[in-house]
Amino acid sequence: MASDSRKQPKAESTLNGVHVAAGSAAGALARPEISETGVWIGVCAIMMTFAAFTSALIVRQGASPDWQHFQLPRILYLNTLILLASSVTLGIARQQFSSVAGAIADSPAAAKKYFAVGMYSLYVTAALGALFVGGQILAWRNLAAQGLFLSTNPSSSFFYVFTAMHGLHLLGGIVGLIYIICKIGRTTGTARTTGLGAICVYWHFMDALWVYLFLLLAMRT
Amino acid sequence: MHDDSPVPAVHQHKAPTSFIRKYVFSLDHKVIGKQYYGLALLSVFIGMVLSWLLRLHLAYPSWNIPLLGKLSPAGAPGGVMTPEYYLSLLTMHGTLMVFFVLTNAPFAAFGNYFLPIQIGAEDMAFPRFNMMSFWTTFLAFVVMMASFFVSDGPPISGWTAYAPLSAIGKDAGPGLAMGQDLWAISIAIFCIASLLGALNFIATTLDLRTKGMSFGRMPYSTWAWFVTSVIALLAFAVLLPACVLLILDRVAGTSFFIPGGLILSDKLQPHSGGSPLLWQHLFWFFGHPEVYIAILPSIGIIATILPVFARKPLLGPRALVGSMIAIGFLSYMVWGHHMFVSGMNPFSANLFSVPTLIITIPATVMTLLLTATVYGAKMRFETPALFCLGFISVFISGGISGFYLAQPSLDTYLHATYFVVAHFHFVMAVASLFGVFAGTYFWFPKMFGRMMNDTLGKWHFWLTFLGVYCVFMPMHYLGLVGNVRRYSAFVDDYLAPLIPVHKFITIAALLTGAAQLIFFWNLIWSRFRGPIATENPWEATSLEWSTTSPPPFDNFGGHHPVVYNGPNEYGVENPDGTDFVMQTAAPKGT
Repeated sequence: MASDSRKQPKAESTLNGVHVAAGSAAGALARPEISETGVWIGVCAIMMTFAAFTSALIVRQGASPDWQHFQLPRILYLNTLILLASSVTLGIARQQFSSVAGAIADSPAAAKKYFAVGMYSLYVTAALGALFVGGQILAWRNLAAQGLFLSTNPSSSFFYVFTAMHGLHLLGGIVGLIYIICKIGRTTGTARTTGLGAICVYWHFMDALWVYLFLLLAMRT
Repeated sequence: MHDDSPVPAVHQHKAPTSFIRKYVFSLDHKVIGKQYYGLALLSVFIGMVLSWLLRLHLAYPSWNIPLLGKLSPAGAPGGVMTPEYYLSLLTMHGTLMVFFVLTNAPFAAFGNYFLPIQIGAEDMAFPRFNMMSFWTTFLAFVVMMASFFVSDGPPISGWTAYAPLSAIGKDAGPGLAMGQDLWAISIAIFCIASLLGALNFIATTLDLRTKGMSFGRMPYSTWAWFVTSVIALLAFAVLLPACVLLILDRVAGTSFFIPGGLILSDKLQPHSGGSPLLWQHLFWFFGHPEVYIAILPSIGIIATILPVFARKPLLGPRALVGSMIAIGFLSYMVWGHHMFVSGMNPFSANLFSVPTLIITIPATVMTLLLTATVYGAKMRFETPALFCLGFISVFISGGISGFYLAQPSLDTYLHATYFVVAHFHFVMAVASLFGVFAGTYFWFPKMFGRMMNDTLGKWHFWLTFLGVYCVFMPMHYLGLVGNVRRYSAFVDDYLAPLIPVHKFITIAALLTGAAQLIFFWNLIWSRFRGPIATENPWEATSLEWSTTSPPPFDNFGGHHPVVYNGPNEYGVENPDGTDFVMQTAAPKGT
């Protein structure tokens, strides 16, 4: 794919004495990084997994008349908003980091500001992600208070399975995000964003996946 | 010849020095490939011994094997196995062979070792994931083996783990308590490992091809590993959720697969409304593509090796690659042909029958292309070549019975008989293993720097080739006269007269198994005493033959090979008397 462009030597410039690889800040966003390819492939696998879960839900609901409908916990609407907001903050972070390289030559102060806002947005994204997971646990507690547990009914079984599987994947995303934050933060002042593109793809996908699951659960349970 | 630009930083890592990082937790795809091969070898040995025990019991049901009685006092009291223990061993034979041998050896082992080299990369795209995927597979193996040592032994539900038998605990029978838990957990872990591996293969093929290595110039084995990894990515992504739901049914009291009103061991099971067919659908949606995960890498390996010994280009390389892709695509539309007698709507049986018959077209195209490549060739009959020809033979023999099984009306009669056992052992197991054998004799010099013994190899080939026909051909007959499978003894009136056939098969199986000791011995002897291999002993064209045997840590000694030709340049007349063009050979004037 990018076998030829990868071999071009990377142009380096400095920001306050620290190296910035132009090829990795602005340039990297223009061409696919290998980590991004990997995440897209992973996204395909995860989509397949949830397609299988969905088909299982449809088949199981039609298999026998024991499906019990219940009211989805209201907190799920708030959780959905939180997760959507986290995608926005991640988008802001990416935009800020991509502005760093362009601004270095003209105004180092502006570049520094872009960098700071980018980092701040990443922290907010991770926090919102954690908040979402916490909210999902509250939704579980709400369901349990209604007497709906994992084995109560196939509808509640699927609710717990879907939310737990999505939550696990999102926790993986939070770990990945923290890794990227450490990676960018370690070289203070540089905008070496290798891997940020990958985490963006993953995070937005987790967001879209949740919206899909939420709609599915709202319609089916 | 070489591009001296710096190594891309994405996958650069230094050669390790400590023993642990070099041989155990290695990031080097070559070491990981050998680890996969070793695990497959261990698994195939255990699986083979299990098949011996099964065959012995079928032919001589009252034979006393004191060692077995000592190993499992409950399963084989006094050395004679119980019917349930027969099923336990059958389950483990199938599971080990399908997952840990047929998936690991042709795909994970050879793919790991040779895919990066054949596309001119230093390593896989994600070396850490690669290491993790092997050790996760190993963990799955350990968990699976642990089921031998729990109180009631391994599960009796077969490698397909049909629900509700597999979804209910100890009330359903021996091996279905802890043993089945371990089975389901092991397979779930195996899924995660395979997903990581497949992801790595795809990313590597997409992003790390060296300069000049277009898709059209990729060797056919690389194509096969690539297509297989796409199949594996989507197939294991379905088996994993199926296993999650199965585990929940077993441990959390849910009712995904268990119907209501089941009374087992005089106890009403506390489940209701689940669908056993749902498990079959999910399992076979993985299970049928899994057949191609087992066989496609071997087809690719054969298509790469055969022209080397035929000394002429493979006929119709585009048609071969197109057929592989078509098979990969169609493999997702045919899972229902495993369920013709499951109570599924008969109309859907017809729907599944049509693509099943269509899938024979690309399979036939590939077989014909391989056969036609041999036509008029001045073959070099060395061991890898023999296994290539043997592959074509067993693949056809096994494929033809597939035509019959693909038709619901015929399958209703043949289902769950030895006809099916013969079919899938030929087309999936033996054919795939012949690909592994061909690959081993062919690539051993590259992997270990020494040649394997050709005379022993030929003995191994002929004994195995004749042996597998003696084992599996009579099974077609057994199936046609109605001999059902998974019975541990044949006491019914119509089955008892068939016991002499079973005795013949058992003796043939023992001898064929014993012939594999020649292979084991050849591997060990050649590893230490074989003649030193040159860089390109077979006069082959692909990139792995343009580096030293074995290759250095970064595969090409700090350089990037540049590719100018396809892998199929055999039968040319060079001024220096050779008849092939390496992929790295620059055209005149450059």
